[in-house]
Amino acid sequence: MSIQIKPILVALRRHKAGTLLIALQIALTLAIVCNALFIIHQRLANLSERSGVDEANVFVIQNQWAADWTTQQIDAQVRADLLALRQLPSVRDAAPSTGYPLQGGGWDNFVTMTPDQVKPTTDSAVYMGDEHLLDTLGLRLIAGRNFRPSEVLVMGTQQVVIPPVVIVSKALADRLFPDGSALGKSFYAMSATPSTIVGIVDRLHRQGVSQFDKAHAGQSLIWPARPDDARGIFYIVRAKPGQLTAAMREAPKALYAQSRMRILDPKDGIRDYAQIRHRVFDSDRGMAILMGIISAVLLAITAAGIVGLTSFWVGQRRKQIGVRRALGATRHDILNYFLTENLMIGLGGVIVGAVLAIGVNLWMVTRFEMDRISVAYLGIGVAVLLLLGQGAVLAPALRASRVSPVEATRSV
Amino acid sequence: MFAYYFQLGLRSLRRNPALTALMVMAIGFGVAASMTTYSVFRAVSGNPIPDKSEQLFTPLVDNWGPQQNYKGEPPDALDYVDAMALMRAHEAKRQTLLYQVQMSVMPGGGRDLPLSANGYAVYGDFFPMFEVPFQYGSGWSTQDDDARSAEVVISSQLNQKLFGGVDSVGRTVNFSGHDYRVVGVTRPWNPKPRFFDLFNTSGFKDASDFYMPFTRAQDLEMRSNGGNSCRGSLTFTGWEDYLQSNCVWITAWVELDSAAAVARYRHFLESYAADQQKAGRFAWAPNVRLRDVMQWLDFRQVVPPESRISLMVALGFFVICLVNTIGLLLAKFLRRAGEIGVRRALGASRREIYTQYLTEAATVGLAGGVLGLLLTAAGVAGVGVLFPPQIAKLAHLDASLVGLTLLVAVVATVLAAFYPAWRAAHVQPAWQLKSN
Repeated sequence: MSIQIKPILVALRRHKAGTLLIALQIALTLAIVCNALFIIHQRLANLSERSGVDEANVFVIQNQWAADWTTQQIDAQVRADLLALRQLPSVRDAAPSTGYPLQGGGWDNFVTMTPDQVKPTTDSAVYMGDEHLLDTLGLRLIAGRNFRPSEVLVMGTQQVVIPPVVIVSKALADRLFPDGSALGKSFYAMSATPSTIVGIVDRLHRQGVSQFDKAHAGQSLIWPARPDDARGIFYIVRAKPGQLTAAMREAPKALYAQSRMRILDPKDGIRDYAQIRHRVFDSDRGMAILMGIISAVLLAITAAGIVGLTSFWVGQRRKQIGVRRALGATRHDILNYFLTENLMIGLGGVIVGAVLAIGVNLWMVTRFEMDRISVAYLGIGVAVLLLLGQGAVLAPALRASRVSPVEATRSV
Repeated sequence: MFAYYFQLGLRSLRRNPALTALMVMAIGFGVAASMTTYSVFRAVSGNPIPDKSEQLFTPLVDNWGPQQNYKGEPPDALDYVDAMALMRAHEAKRQTLLYQVQMSVMPGGGRDLPLSANGYAVYGDFFPMFEVPFQYGSGWSTQDDDARSAEVVISSQLNQKLFGGVDSVGRTVNFSGHDYRVVGVTRPWNPKPRFFDLFNTSGFKDASDFYMPFTRAQDLEMRSNGGNSCRGSLTFTGWEDYLQSNCVWITAWVELDSAAAVARYRHFLESYAADQQKAGRFAWAPNVRLRDVMQWLDFRQVVPPESRISLMVALGFFVICLVNTIGLLLAKFLRRAGEIGVRRALGASRREIYTQYLTEAATVGLAGGVLGLLLTAAGVAGVGVLFPPQIAKLAHLDASLVGLTLLVAVVATVLAAFYPAWRAAHVQPAWQLKSN
């Protein structure tokens, strides 16, 4: 093989344009495919983020009040609604809440360790609910206890209510108390009074999936209060296993039977977690699909381009091939020649391409707050393109190897 | 001559169907990917109010200070105290505050369930400032603002639901238990992006149902249905406390129609913030912003990064398709070196060879463009799979996109063909004739 490299180089010098075009195409393809694969990986990682919720059985009702009620009236209605929901045969439990995981944005508070600390320690998503919220969402309590009914306060429209007790996610507990001593400790979440951690749940996703949320991933807290806000409330409902559809059908009827002075949006007022996930990860899924299509078509076109140009070269060099065969080169030698030639062009291409790929990624890091590409992706991309080149060149090279030595003797 | 070259081109393309199909597909896919993503980008990056975008400004005042603001920028909305101060100062030709409110329309007519209505609390200047088109009636006056009147402007859509689409000016509508007099009905109006409310929205939302006086909304203590962002520890227990807090939730807009007016207003903002510092309300130097519509869209990054990234990747894809086409054209043209040699020997000039091969390339480009058009149509129709619904539905295939698709395909292919055609034109006739 090593003997062949020099004649290949000489031959390539006579096809500068074609060689450069293939190398350039391989380089650009590598730059784009690497980054596209990396984007796909990241977006798919978003899609598979776990929420901590028993997603197969939980759904959310967005309830807007249609009457000008006082906080007391709303609280009475909320209690009655919850009682009605919990009594449904298909329902395991129901709870009021200010929001829900993967909602697509919601309430979060800064957290400080002392009341007069100005720079916050971190940020936490805030959920307010009653003692049923843990069971309704299906959260796993890993330390401490649930809220007691007596701890559940009432939060009216324009009030700041800071309950003295709080349940936090493990991520928040670990962030605030890295030594694992969170239970029983307290902190301030934009409040003048402290909240003491009485329970820790394994996992509770934030409402949002933005860059800011990612920077504070999984950091959430639950305060015990019924959000009797005049604007509306979320009811979270957990169906008995396998009864989600029935529960989603019965729940609005049960609520309307309590009072018709409410608005449940017919389009997306009641959504299960399949729909919630679908909505919140819309753009992630779309990007992954688009990058997937582009990568596939791109690789196909690059392969086809290599087939086309190599076929042309083989056609051009039939005579020379014939001479070589007549002078004693085996079919295997000819095949090897074209494979090696392609490998050399490919290597040149991927070296330039790797630099380009890193450049494109760095540009996206500064421009779109993306992560740095990992070397693994570059490696995979290089391997894929070199194999693609060898695969693409195989058919024309085989055709070349079948050129008969007789061709050397033909004048045309 | 051109028609003859076109025919020659077609014949040559038929000779290598596989190579031709490959080139046409490369151009077609490349142009379609670019045009599909461009149709989305065009929709989200446009100027929503071209004739006034340089006269409308949104002022911001840093009421959080360097320790609590985000990277030195003032918050993206105003608190109540600053908003009202700007309104009272009346330093601009027109000005409005706004925030999102949600109400319910009581059952009546044929409806037995209440309806949800989303709208804005605004000042009367909102309508002329943002050129809101009216079907019936008009907005309200500054006097009505001052009188804190229970008036409302509704959208044609809500008018259709409530009054069957007839002229409802003067009629009464009950929102969340309070009566309002309809003073105007807008035509369908939903600027995209919704430049005037980028604090509560990402720019793309269904049209609003109503607009009510800001002053009236204050009297009813209507809490914003949109964003609300605060710093420090929260202590308010009621509406009055809330208004005095550092929570930001109000967007302000002013209309300034000359560079001098802009400079004056900027100066006013600076001195307002300086006064607050003197009065001890702010413990920091004035930190204010005054951005016009396009600057505001840019700052709030209304164009989703997904749209930019996908456009970039699609353009890169197109470039690769073109590199591919250059290579294939080169192969195709040089395979006919003998033919070119004969033509040259018979007296054809280089220029004629050039023209012939560029025409052939243009034929490929046109075929690629037609394929690209079909794929773009499919792409635009299926864009809902790739982008969130509120953005996907903005993308559409119109005459300009059709024209652009064909033009880009042909021009790009001809450009790609320059080098191969140059090589073809420089074939040495003597060489070709000799070797045969």
